[in-house]
Amino acid sequence: MSEPNAPPLEGPGIGKDEWVARVEARTQSGLPGEIRRFLLALPPWARIALIAVPAACIPALTNNGYFLQVAIDTSLFVLLALGLNIAVGWAGLLDLGYIAFYGFGAYGYAMLASGHTGLHWQAEVAIPVVVVATALLGFLLGLPSWRLVGDYLAIVTLFFFQIFLTVVNNGQRIQLPFKKLEAGLTRGPNGISDVDPLNFFGWHLNSLREYLWLAVGAFVVVIGALYLVNESRTGRAWRALREDPLAAEVMSMPVNWLKLVAFAAGAGIAGLTGTIFAAEQGSVFPSNFDLALLITLYAMVILGGVGSIYGVVIGAVVINVSLEVLRTPAHASWLFFIGLVLVFPVILKSWRLRGLVVAGVIGFGFAVHGIVGALWSGGVDGSTTGEAWIDRLIDNWVLLPNDPTVIGRWAYVTLIAAVLGLTLLRGLWRAAAIVPVLYLAACVWENVLVLQPSVARYIMLGGMLVALMAARPQGLLGSPRVEIV
Amino acid sequence: MDFIAVFDNLNWDSFVQLTVNGLTLGSAYALIALGYSLVYGILKLLNFAHGDVFMVGAFIGWGVIGVLGGSANPIVPVWLAISFMIIAAALGCALLGVVIERFAYRPLRNAPRIAPLISALGVSFFLQNSVLLLFSADFKTYNTFDFSGGTLFLSGINWGPLHISLLRIIVIGSAFAMMGLLALLVYRTRLGKAMRATSFDREAAAMMGIDVDRVIVWTFFIGSALAGVAGVLVGLIFSQINHFMGFNYGLKGFTAAVVGGIGNVPGAMLGGLLIGLAESYSFGYISDVWQNLIVFSILVAFMLGRPSGILGRADIKKV
Repeated sequence: MSEPNAPPLEGPGIGKDEWVARVEARTQSGLPGEIRRFLLALPPWARIALIAVPAACIPALTNNGYFLQVAIDTSLFVLLALGLNIAVGWAGLLDLGYIAFYGFGAYGYAMLASGHTGLHWQAEVAIPVVVVATALLGFLLGLPSWRLVGDYLAIVTLFFFQIFLTVVNNGQRIQLPFKKLEAGLTRGPNGISDVDPLNFFGWHLNSLREYLWLAVGAFVVVIGALYLVNESRTGRAWRALREDPLAAEVMSMPVNWLKLVAFAAGAGIAGLTGTIFAAEQGSVFPSNFDLALLITLYAMVILGGVGSIYGVVIGAVVINVSLEVLRTPAHASWLFFIGLVLVFPVILKSWRLRGLVVAGVIGFGFAVHGIVGALWSGGVDGSTTGEAWIDRLIDNWVLLPNDPTVIGRWAYVTLIAAVLGLTLLRGLWRAAAIVPVLYLAACVWENVLVLQPSVARYIMLGGMLVALMAARPQGLLGSPRVEIV
Repeated sequence: MDFIAVFDNLNWDSFVQLTVNGLTLGSAYALIALGYSLVYGILKLLNFAHGDVFMVGAFIGWGVIGVLGGSANPIVPVWLAISFMIIAAALGCALLGVVIERFAYRPLRNAPRIAPLISALGVSFFLQNSVLLLFSADFKTYNTFDFSGGTLFLSGINWGPLHISLLRIIVIGSAFAMMGLLALLVYRTRLGKAMRATSFDREAAAMMGIDVDRVIVWTFFIGSALAGVAGVLVGLIFSQINHFMGFNYGLKGFTAAVVGGIGNVPGAMLGGLLIGLAESYSFGYISDVWQNLIVFSILVAFMLGRPSGILGRADIKKV
């Protein structure tokens, strides 16, 4: 592959094209780069199989309902993230109303097949109807994108999402003009709770295992279609639109049409996911579709790499599984320390520094624990909930006050200030400052965040979005943006 | 819709009452809109976190009441207590705004436009959940009625059957005072001139020797301080605050900024008042659940029909 007289990587700026062509080699170092190159070397069907086959085999390994449920949720998240990636990653349109499509699909199926309306449509009819209807809704929401770009489009779509929630939450007051429903259109906050399971040509899907296979099947179909679209004329046109709408228009691309198709395709995928979700849960509630879900999806798309389908899949899997693990405090401790180990190489470059800092943090922790314990026994009297060896270790290493409420608040605020301050330091100062900050982070984690996992997970997602945008906007597997001025 | 009832409601007193309510709410929206508008004018960035800065302001006000010994019998006179709340919220939020700018937006100054938006979304979510973590999800109350035994509500202007409470006068008055100060700052000082120049053309301003980074920091400082004041005022009017309030108020404030003409200071004030009135009338005359829908329709109508807003100038783009 390499030519004998390849110019040096850091040369003068002449021959910018060469420089651009080599951008991947220069920036994709380390583990993400390795994964990326490995994936790119595989043929596309193998890449899809690499993800789909293990997922489909989960029922063979375990019959545990919880694991199957997590696997289904993860597949649904993967589908949603893939759909969001079309508008956000490929066409570059910030669509904050995406969850409304998901909700519309779920409610659409609940309307067509439940005791609520009395209709009990077969899935082979209901699913296409819902998907097409959702795609049409996406078309409709795409219309403002003809005139609005960037922020304005974001706010209109966000408002659309808000309106969807208002309508669904107050649906008990709305009546269809042609059919009188006893509980109104959506039963409001009580949700629709008697949704039929999916029923293809008389084959009823009743077990989690079948739903998992269905979700994986939908994933294979969707990702295959997306792969083809991405390599097609439309996919290239979307990327051109994302990079420079004006230039794309001058090149006589049908810009407005492309935007509408991007919205509609994403919406259709969200609608499909919504039907599977509604049927699998057997009910739909307005609270299933909240802002937190939107942020989670964005975090998945951004972490994996905007615009890269495989990156998005990996992002969705990583984030959803981590969030699941976070639910139990005993597992959350593990996740925290694993996360630290993963983040570490990013902050510090040399192995010697890493070793020094790890030793420093451990020593610092025991020292602080000893000093505080001698001065004020109330500061170390608490204990973690778990009984594994890691918990006993933490009991003796981290400060665990009896009543962490007030101290925890101050510690949390201090930690945020400390982390922000850390980003300003460079070199050895940073390495030195990392030691107390890491220990403080561990204290805050064990005292505050572990106790409220549902809040902690969203705090981390929000923080992750900001940190990723500043440090690595292309995510794990996305291609870095090259700008030639 | 029951039209008879609608016409029944159309009497003069309730109209004036709704107008006063609308102006009260609208002055809070106007303060929020100013923050959006200033930042948008200079950075062309929609600061999603602005609504949450507003929410933090409301919480700071609540904290100050607590420190001063609760609203039933504060350790200082009532007017001083309210001033303390407003000043503390303004300073706290200003600091927060500057920190957000420094750490979330400045690294993305030259990134593609979608990047700072996502970062803003992250900041917004982060703030919301941090407040949830620190103060739990239940509603916090200002107990406004307890201030000097309910005088804030009971006294005021009585005009026939109409009653405009002292509290509303305080809220509208302080909002207008802030807007007046801001207008002076933007149109009469060196910093204001630098802000207008930066908003007109950032690169040209930088070439003329304006320290653009400093101007941006000040813009965030001022805009966030106004949001903090709005937070306390809203807390005083409605007495109840929670961690999620910033989302809704932020959306309305942004709508107000767009309606008035984004990047335009008098426009943001006008837009805020208009949105407040529209919401109040739709609450009084139409229904109490669909205000969001009505505000949304106004937003979409303006964005499609006149994106430059009422007072803004059309942005002519040369290619």
